Amino acid sequence: MGMTLTEKILAKHSGKDRVKPGDNVWVDVDVLMTHDVCGPPAIGIFHKQFGEDAKVWDKEKLVIIPDHYIFTTDKYANRNVDVLRAFAAEQDLPYFYDVGTDSYKGVCHVALPEEGFTRPGEVLFGTDSHTCTAGAFGQFATGIGNTDAAFIMGTGKLWVKVPETMRFVFEGASLPPYLMAKDIILKIIGDIGVDGATYRTMEFTGPGIKALTMEDRMTLTNMAIEAGGKNGVVEPDEVTEAYVKSRTDKPYEKIYSDPDANYYSEHFYNLEEIVPMIAKPHSPDNKATAEELEGEYLDRAYIGSCTGGKLSDFRAAAEIIRGHKVKLDTYIVPATTEIARALETETLYGTKLIDIFREAGCKIGNASCAACLGGPSDTFGRLNQEEVCISSTNRNYPGRMGSKQASVYLASPYTVAASAVTGVITDPRVFIQQTVI
Amino acid sequence: MSKNTEPIKGKAFVLGKNIDTDQIIPAAHLVYSLDDPEERKLYGKYALSGVPSEESGLPQGNIPLTKEGETESEFSIIVASDNFGCGSSREHAPACLEIAGIKAIVTPSYARIFYRNSVDGGFLIPFESFEDLSKEVHTGDELEIDQENHVLKNLTQSKEYNIKPLGSVADIVHAGGIFEYARKHGMVA
Repeated sequence: MGMTLTEKILAKHSGKDRVKPGDNVWVDVDVLMTHDVCGPPAIGIFHKQFGEDAKVWDKEKLVIIPDHYIFTTDKYANRNVDVLRAFAAEQDLPYFYDVGTDSYKGVCHVALPEEGFTRPGEVLFGTDSHTCTAGAFGQFATGIGNTDAAFIMGTGKLWVKVPETMRFVFEGASLPPYLMAKDIILKIIGDIGVDGATYRTMEFTGPGIKALTMEDRMTLTNMAIEAGGKNGVVEPDEVTEAYVKSRTDKPYEKIYSDPDANYYSEHFYNLEEIVPMIAKPHSPDNKATAEELEGEYLDRAYIGSCTGGKLSDFRAAAEIIRGHKVKLDTYIVPATTEIARALETETLYGTKLIDIFREAGCKIGNASCAACLGGPSDTFGRLNQEEVCISSTNRNYPGRMGSKQASVYLASPYTVAASAVTGVITDPRVFIQQTVI
Repeated sequence: MSKNTEPIKGKAFVLGKNIDTDQIIPAAHLVYSLDDPEERKLYGKYALSGVPSEESGLPQGNIPLTKEGETESEFSIIVASDNFGCGSSREHAPACLEIAGIKAIVTPSYARIFYRNSVDGGFLIPFESFEDLSKEVHTGDELEIDQENHVLKNLTQSKEYNIKPLGSVADIVHAGGIFEYARKHGMVA
């Protein structure tokens, strides 16, 4: 019996020939990432457990990316960035992307690939549930807590229970023009539920996956956690290699699932049969099609986050918003500073993306997690009262984007943009078909 | 947390399904220090403050875990429906519950990061039940968890339910967390 991609990576990193689901193994960690919310308590535990003078196991493998509460006057939040700053200095860390400097990046899960830290075959842990995003690059990546992060800082190792793998096979040669990876993952989460992949790997494969860009694949693996998954993964191919090689010179090993690997379950989706999807309040599995919700009331539109704040997400939104005035308060938050700069240079029909948004009346924020997870009350775009928002982000449990009186619909950037233009929930196919004609 | 297998006793606090980490500790509160003895009490004050009021403390509802102006709860055991702790990886979630005085949770299923954080950080014991007890137990019922025999006793209602053994994480739970476990096995000095 062969092994899946995830099993092979965990076997290799625990010095074993083979592992099977349910085994507990200690793995060697290639990269540990932390940020301003979970970094400070992890650092506190690290010093308490290993001593005030302790050094991290390998400073080349620890990446610190402040991104959550950056543009706020909250004194505690700002103090937390000071804690990271002091730790980076004390440990002489080469990969600290400090706020207020040229190296500041923004959202960690998009910054990691940009800076070359996501490489096929490796093991990456991060103190954030959306660390599973990096599985798009053919590696094992998952979110952990502060204590586990502190343990890795001191030892370079962590125990992992080998997960069973669910296989999602995409048929179809290309994405229909109105469809985004966000629609696919919302469909899957709606089908299997928010605990449908708990303790398991979600492996995305099939001919349809070849049609997806790296950013599309990142959207899929990003939301594996929203189905309870331990990790999401896509086998590496020429698309992966082209991205990774443009970002790092470090060697890596491509690992693939064996043809006779054992899967917990198999699920088949034809990309051409999926339509624009929405998760209604207050759960990511509360699925509906955009068409079914056509005309529903909204106060606000939000495009941003690790899930829906990448360059391709803004390009998609700009395709629809171009030439219109938005009818909702519409917030645009690039995930990273690199994406923010690209909005100033990339054009659509000769107009810069940033100008398309500005001319439409959108509000543009600084690269960070911003209102995706609410945050301090002065956070850009935060839902501070009983408001209804349509958002390209990842979670819509009560209070996720601020007030627990608020309601959030999750959708693709196409659907969010179409709804921003009309002022109510709108199936983007109306706009896309106009564009195509 | 209990580092041994003695019975855990206390009042029940009952919740529904998919209690995510934003409901357990809303993101605006993640900024307080967990190391500062005074500041960390704020986590006890705000634990479960994101749960919609009518779903907090079932079946009655409108019962906060921690009373207004206090940082410790009168409740010690959470009984909830499926997928407890879904959402983010914030360890502040099990930590805030421990700070509020929660010793154990009993639910049919957990989201994995919350479960792992509870065990590795030694904050509280995440027990799994065979059935959803959130409809059986009432907030305020006196409970006792018999760890030796894997039984949850509802002393108020005079009922007993079997719960699952801790399984492969039992050694880490009883050591008191991953560091204590690793020291016991010579992995950390």
